[in-house]
Amino acid sequence: MAELWLQFVLTIDATLRVATPLILCAMAGIFSERSGIIDISLEGKMLLSAFTAATVAALYGSPWLGLFCAVIVSMVFSLIHGFACITHRGNQVISGLAINILASGLTVTIGIAIFAQGGQTPFLMSGQRFSAISLPFAEAAKNIPIIGTIYAEVISGHNLLVWVALLSVILTAHVLFHTSFGLRLRAVGEKPEAVDTAGISVTLMRYQAVLIAGLLCGIAGAYLSIAHGAGFGREMTAGKGYIALAAMIFGHWRPIPALMACLMFGFLDAIAARLQGVELPFFGPMPTDLILVLPYVLTVILLAGFIGRAVPPKAIGQPYIKER
Amino acid sequence: MKTSLLKIIVSAISVLFVWSSMSVQAADIKPAVIYDMGGKFDKSFNEGVWNGVKKFTEETGIEVMEFEVTNETQREQAMRRMVDRGATVVLGVGFAQADAIAAVSAENPDVQFSIIDVFWLDQPNLRQYAFKEHEGSYLVGVAAAHASQTGKVGFVGGMDISLIRKFACGYVGGVKSVNPNAEVYQNMTGTTPAAWNDPAKGAELTMSQIDRGADVIYQAAGGTGIGVIQAASDAGKLAIGVDSNQNGLAPGSVLTSMLKRVDVAAYETFMDAKNGSFSAGVKVLGVAEGGVDWALDNNNASLVNADMKAAVEQARQDIVSGKISVHNYESDSACPY
Repeated sequence: MAELWLQFVLTIDATLRVATPLILCAMAGIFSERSGIIDISLEGKMLLSAFTAATVAALYGSPWLGLFCAVIVSMVFSLIHGFACITHRGNQVISGLAINILASGLTVTIGIAIFAQGGQTPFLMSGQRFSAISLPFAEAAKNIPIIGTIYAEVISGHNLLVWVALLSVILTAHVLFHTSFGLRLRAVGEKPEAVDTAGISVTLMRYQAVLIAGLLCGIAGAYLSIAHGAGFGREMTAGKGYIALAAMIFGHWRPIPALMACLMFGFLDAIAARLQGVELPFFGPMPTDLILVLPYVLTVILLAGFIGRAVPPKAIGQPYIKER
Repeated sequence: MKTSLLKIIVSAISVLFVWSSMSVQAADIKPAVIYDMGGKFDKSFNEGVWNGVKKFTEETGIEVMEFEVTNETQREQAMRRMVDRGATVVLGVGFAQADAIAAVSAENPDVQFSIIDVFWLDQPNLRQYAFKEHEGSYLVGVAAAHASQTGKVGFVGGMDISLIRKFACGYVGGVKSVNPNAEVYQNMTGTTPAAWNDPAKGAELTMSQIDRGADVIYQAAGGTGIGVIQAASDAGKLAIGVDSNQNGLAPGSVLTSMLKRVDVAAYETFMDAKNGSFSAGVKVLGVAEGGVDWALDNNNASLVNADMKAAVEQARQDIVSGKISVHNYESDSACPY
């Protein structure tokens, strides 16, 4: 029983690790889409910043510098997205898609040019990464049943960026729903004309929103390559940006429900890793394919049955034209 | 006197003739290699081939044309382009190039082709190299069982295909030969080629095995394996490398590496082509042929104790002598261990 409990706690611990980039990206998506800008390019920006973080950390040995540069790069690409969609009123899906394709090619090409390792960056040593932070008394608490194990395994032993991700949810919720900036941001996504009439620049609001999205994506990318992982590999985001997008829609563009959706995806992933090869009664070993398909099947079921209609912000995807 | 002089002249001429014909042949051969996804510095499979190619070039001075495939549609194109550029012998790297090489070799019967990790094709101008990965995996399995303190070890595979199951099965066999009660956790990363390049998933799978008590984890997962080594090293556990010698990736955390001497295959292909002794057919390289082995160097010297070394060497001799026959998963799609 104690063993089973420990396994459960460790699965929750893994859930948090896996869900971190999803949470950051989902918050990024919320900021962007609440302001009326569809952001398919979460994936691409995350990939670019993962690459930047690993490259800078490998070359200069500092994870902080890596994180900083990753955020800058991600924000620059957010600006490009904004320039295409806000200033030039381009199609937001196409622009996002273009960034994703660009990211996938650019990272590998530059990676080969710098390191000549087939698009990978070198393996990062412990000083070049954000390592796990053990909270005080974690070792001692391990022996206390239930609360002790939760403290030692789930709460302690994460790297800094996991905490940043959780903090980002609280900040997002606060900014969106309890500040005047948040009110304007939401209004820009629902009825930009109203905001414009009130004398606030729609363009400026939307640019601010995509920049915040860039910041969060940058942290997510850095998490992948210099905190959770130890180096960049081609296509290492492996669709996480799209999953975050789905989590955001699950959460009806609201931070706390989106967090829950991210944790659900993370949990399914973590449990899938643990169920593989486990012998089931009457069934034999669990087939790999079934395990891998499980998160997606559950997604479809949940989406169809439990989530209800997802209503996006009204003005999403529409460029704002003042002269109309 | 006269006859001996004649003899000298004849032999001198024949030597000259042989020498010149050799140099003509050497000038004639134009080798090409097509690396697969991952690139030639992937610290693993492709880099192994590159080492063999480098050795060939250093010894013979013959340049080898190279191409690195960066997406799936390029394989056949690259092969055709090499033939167009006058390649006389083309080496394909990895099973993913099987279809491409089958098509191009059939169209160009005068060009010699060779491919690594394929054994099911049939062309009169195609040589195929297969490795007994199960034997090498058995050796590292023996080492893992000796290094494990918990009696629990792990395996993380890349894409779920029978080749990778073959690694896993040999490994389980090696582990159980030392400790019949040992528990081996197995995880496959995925069922698509993306599974070769997902270090985050690899790390997560490794942590899940470590959580369950595994303290030595063997990976056969391409780029995903980097994540396995990183996670094991972060947790203070041991990983086992694959294909190339990966002991130096995280010194002190990589117990050993299962060497697949793809460099031997690359070197041999080009050498045979140069010497005119190229032959078609399937070549199977196992422990006995020096095709698979375990890696021992300065990076892991402190991890390998005398007992472990003796046990692995014993297993190696037994495999060579035929006393141990390691089960090949691909022969019947089942693992008896």
